[in-house]
Amino acid sequence: MSDFSAFSAAPRAVAAPARPGQIALRWLLFSLLGLFALFYLLPLFVMLTTSLKSLEEIRSGSLVSLPREVTFEAWRTAWSGACTGIQCEGLRPYFWNSVLLAVPAVLISTFLGAANGYIIAQWHFRGANLIFSAMLFGCFIPFQVVLLPMARMLGWMGLAGTIPGLIFAHVIYGIGFTTLFFRNFYVTIPSDLVKAAKVDGAGFFRIFWSIFLPLSLPIIVVTVIWQFTQIWNDFLFGVSFSQAGTQPVTVALNNIVNSTTGVKEYNVDMAAAIIAGLPTLLVYVVAGKYFIRGLTAGSVKG
Amino acid sequence: MHAWLERQIPKMVLAPSFVAILIFVYGFIGWTAWISLTRSKLLPKYDLYGLIQYRRLFAAPRWDTAMDNLFLFGALFIGIAMALGLLLAILLDQRIRAEGVLRTIYLYPMALSMIVTGTAWKWIMNPGLGIEAMVRSWGFESFSFNWVIDPDRAIYAVVIAGVWQASGFVMALFLAGLRSVDSEIIKAAQIDGIPGWRIYTAIILPSMAPIFLSAFIVLAHLAIKSFDLVVALTGGGPGYATDLPATYMYAMAFSRGDIGQAASSAMVMMGVVFAIVVPYLYSELRAKHV
Amino acid sequence: MKRSVFTATSALALALASMVQAGPEAEVLHWWTSGGEAKSVAVLQQEFSANGGTWTDMPVAGGGGDAAMTALRARVLSGNAPTAVQLKGPAIQEWYEEGVLANISSVAEAEGWDKVLPASIAAHMKCEGQWCAAPVNVHRVDWLWANAEILKANGIAMPNSWEEFNTAADKLMAAGVIPLAHGGQAWQDATVFEVVALGLLGPEGFDKAFVDLDPEMLGSDQMVAVFDQMRRMRGYVDANFPGRDWNLATSMVMNGEAAFQIMGDWAKGEFLAAGKVPGEDFLCASAPGAGFLYNVDSFAMFDVDGDEKQAGQELLAKLIVGQNFQKVFNLNKGSIPARVDVAMEDFDSCAHLSAAEMTTSSKEGSLLPSYAHGMAMRGAQSGAITDVVTAHFNSDMSSADAVDMLVAAVANSL
Repeated sequence: MSDFSAFSAAPRAVAAPARPGQIALRWLLFSLLGLFALFYLLPLFVMLTTSLKSLEEIRSGSLVSLPREVTFEAWRTAWSGACTGIQCEGLRPYFWNSVLLAVPAVLISTFLGAANGYIIAQWHFRGANLIFSAMLFGCFIPFQVVLLPMARMLGWMGLAGTIPGLIFAHVIYGIGFTTLFFRNFYVTIPSDLVKAAKVDGAGFFRIFWSIFLPLSLPIIVVTVIWQFTQIWNDFLFGVSFSQAGTQPVTVALNNIVNSTTGVKEYNVDMAAAIIAGLPTLLVYVVAGKYFIRGLTAGSVKG
Repeated sequence: MHAWLERQIPKMVLAPSFVAILIFVYGFIGWTAWISLTRSKLLPKYDLYGLIQYRRLFAAPRWDTAMDNLFLFGALFIGIAMALGLLLAILLDQRIRAEGVLRTIYLYPMALSMIVTGTAWKWIMNPGLGIEAMVRSWGFESFSFNWVIDPDRAIYAVVIAGVWQASGFVMALFLAGLRSVDSEIIKAAQIDGIPGWRIYTAIILPSMAPIFLSAFIVLAHLAIKSFDLVVALTGGGPGYATDLPATYMYAMAFSRGDIGQAASSAMVMMGVVFAIVVPYLYSELRAKHV
Repeated sequence: MKRSVFTATSALALALASMVQAGPEAEVLHWWTSGGEAKSVAVLQQEFSANGGTWTDMPVAGGGGDAAMTALRARVLSGNAPTAVQLKGPAIQEWYEEGVLANISSVAEAEGWDKVLPASIAAHMKCEGQWCAAPVNVHRVDWLWANAEILKANGIAMPNSWEEFNTAADKLMAAGVIPLAHGGQAWQDATVFEVVALGLLGPEGFDKAFVDLDPEMLGSDQMVAVFDQMRRMRGYVDANFPGRDWNLATSMVMNGEAAFQIMGDWAKGEFLAAGKVPGEDFLCASAPGAGFLYNVDSFAMFDVDGDEKQAGQELLAKLIVGQNFQKVFNLNKGSIPARVDVAMEDFDSCAHLSAAEMTTSSKEGSLLPSYAHGMAMRGAQSGAITDVVTAHFNSDMSSADAVDMLVAAVANSL
């Protein structure tokens, strides 16, 4: 995430005239890439096919096979009918909780990261690097460690069991990564820029708003993707800091999938799993291109 | 006066985040350190009892397994994910027509949590249900892929799923790195008639050293935090053969009501993190000021 | 009788409703989230609302309640405890010692719980003499399930001793049938282990080892014999067992791939859901040896502020032990009622067997708590034992080594 050398998307390989050896090599390359693609797609394939099968077919047949008869019943159940406790409304109500929690948490942590990164990279003062190191180390703290003290803190703050409480927790533990992303991006911008702007009379906020933020699109994309993935997929915070009515979709998914002494409906489990993963999946499919670009734009090696 | 204020603004804007980190990361680590010296059971207690929890921890065979697994898993996971990520990035960098599609395919596992993909992996790796059964049904009767049920090999099965999840991200990092190598140098090398593989080993890869470091840190962080992966795939089994420190700590804190023990294991974990991250931070920050 | 309970309940609800402006309220944390379990809880919720209560559902599934316990800790620490929580075994007393449980003795005494609950089960619901939890059901753990057809085809009767079991299993092996369907998850290993231990140590020995944690008993030659039998059991299991869910093991018995399974009576639900008939398609019998291992689900009430919530707790406790709920819930769940005076006509033959044996073993003093399901001891100790059991079962550790480890692990966990 750090130290990416100069941004240059220019294709480097000089086109060579096709020779038989070259063509064979090309085929080898494609089949290799294809094989890897199969490996990466295998779990998704299993999930998709299973979700389209009936329970009888799953009980009788092989797991890794195409459905004999395609049915979307499991998808309907997972979305709006599966029991997640005494309510049998599927994932739908929880999905909304996740949106309510992920969107503000992503925006706030991204914004804070941008501000922090801007300060650390461009407004040198004594101790800035120490602060940065302290924040970075925070990225590595296992979440299980903070669960209990965080619960007590949220209780004191009166945020226990609420969505703002969950947002708060995610923002706090997202700051490390978002600051890292932005700092490594901004550190590549020549400090002369700030100096010149200052000479022109621009202040701290003006420089941030009018010069730095407009430059930041690639790294904002990277940060948003990263944070959204982390927060949307989080289970531990979701299960610990929520109460009835504020549980996110991962908790509901877990409630559908994990039953100790009940009958398992694998097709519904798989459909629910895909539905719960759909937003992040979509983000990667749609924004994946910008993700690589953002990483490429990461930084000029100083 | 105004100028002084102007100089203080950056610090003031940074202050809330810094204070938050101070409390919610370092305060909590301190809290955990304190708890690790107590005999807290179901809920935290604050009376100190010395190092008893650490003695218990180091006397537990399961903790030994967890630490051994962390190093084995960590080394393999980081090594293979890096190698595979690099390989894919180099292959994808050969001006492939379907690059966008392939890239998305390699990258998507990062988008899904293991709660989502765990069951599928469990089936795929299960000899009676997944790959082994499939290949055998094609007529290769002696084919065997039973790592997930073999206590000595189950940790390798966890590595496979872990690599599957993280290698796409590493691929993205390396691809970004490859794209940003100065194309002039490469052109010059090609004109000089230097073979393609030499260009990679002698010019491109060395210039990407910082990216190797970044990838290493991201992967190390994932390895240490690995929790969902193990829970979803093996539940720590067979036996506790695939236990990791994170799962050990969770089991102690939440299913066994042994919070003091969990805190001591957390502190040991933090020590490992510290040993990995501090050298990185040191090199990272020094490099910036050269 | 049922009617009178209902009338009494409604009267109480009315009285409560007139006392406070809003009706009784309860936020209930539980881990029964899917299928039959969820439906069973829904029965309680319906009764609760029928009596004017407002039920807020807080389901957290996973790991046999592990995730729910994580949520519970966070909730208690943040000063936001749920009204009622699915808790069981010594964990109830553990939470009581933290000073967070409410006293529900007034309901229990008014309802005469002492008279209708078996003494050993009632003991689990009390904290220092006062009532602090309400039992929902009794699952029996030491069941042996079998595929009727396979046994018949191989001329095997349900075994009455572990010797007989071994003979039968060897015969089945020779006939190419998997003798024992088993899922290699730590709690399932522990389930088989405790059933074997009950059979070989006898109820008294089991009590000494797993309730009193007597080091002598834990390190005894008898315990070596238990591990020896576990090693034999390992040989009767197919190679693919690690990580298998218990219900998949049950379907192996159903489909005729395997002959026996050792599992609690929730397995019955799987058989019934697949349309199998007890006594015809599948057989249920208590596992070889005397005694009865129970796994009792219960709800504990947490200390909360607010008249509505406290009224909710009382109403909930009353309904949980009420005849109607005990019957309907347990018909759904495959277990038997915790109170002994519920009419059993609608229950199947396996449940009848369970109820009858619970009564006799309660009299003989062999009604014992299941260690594998968190009834016998606190989490730290049972976890330590399970670590040893599952490590032994999944390796080639000798029985003597396992026993040494067991003693050390229990000592280290105290």
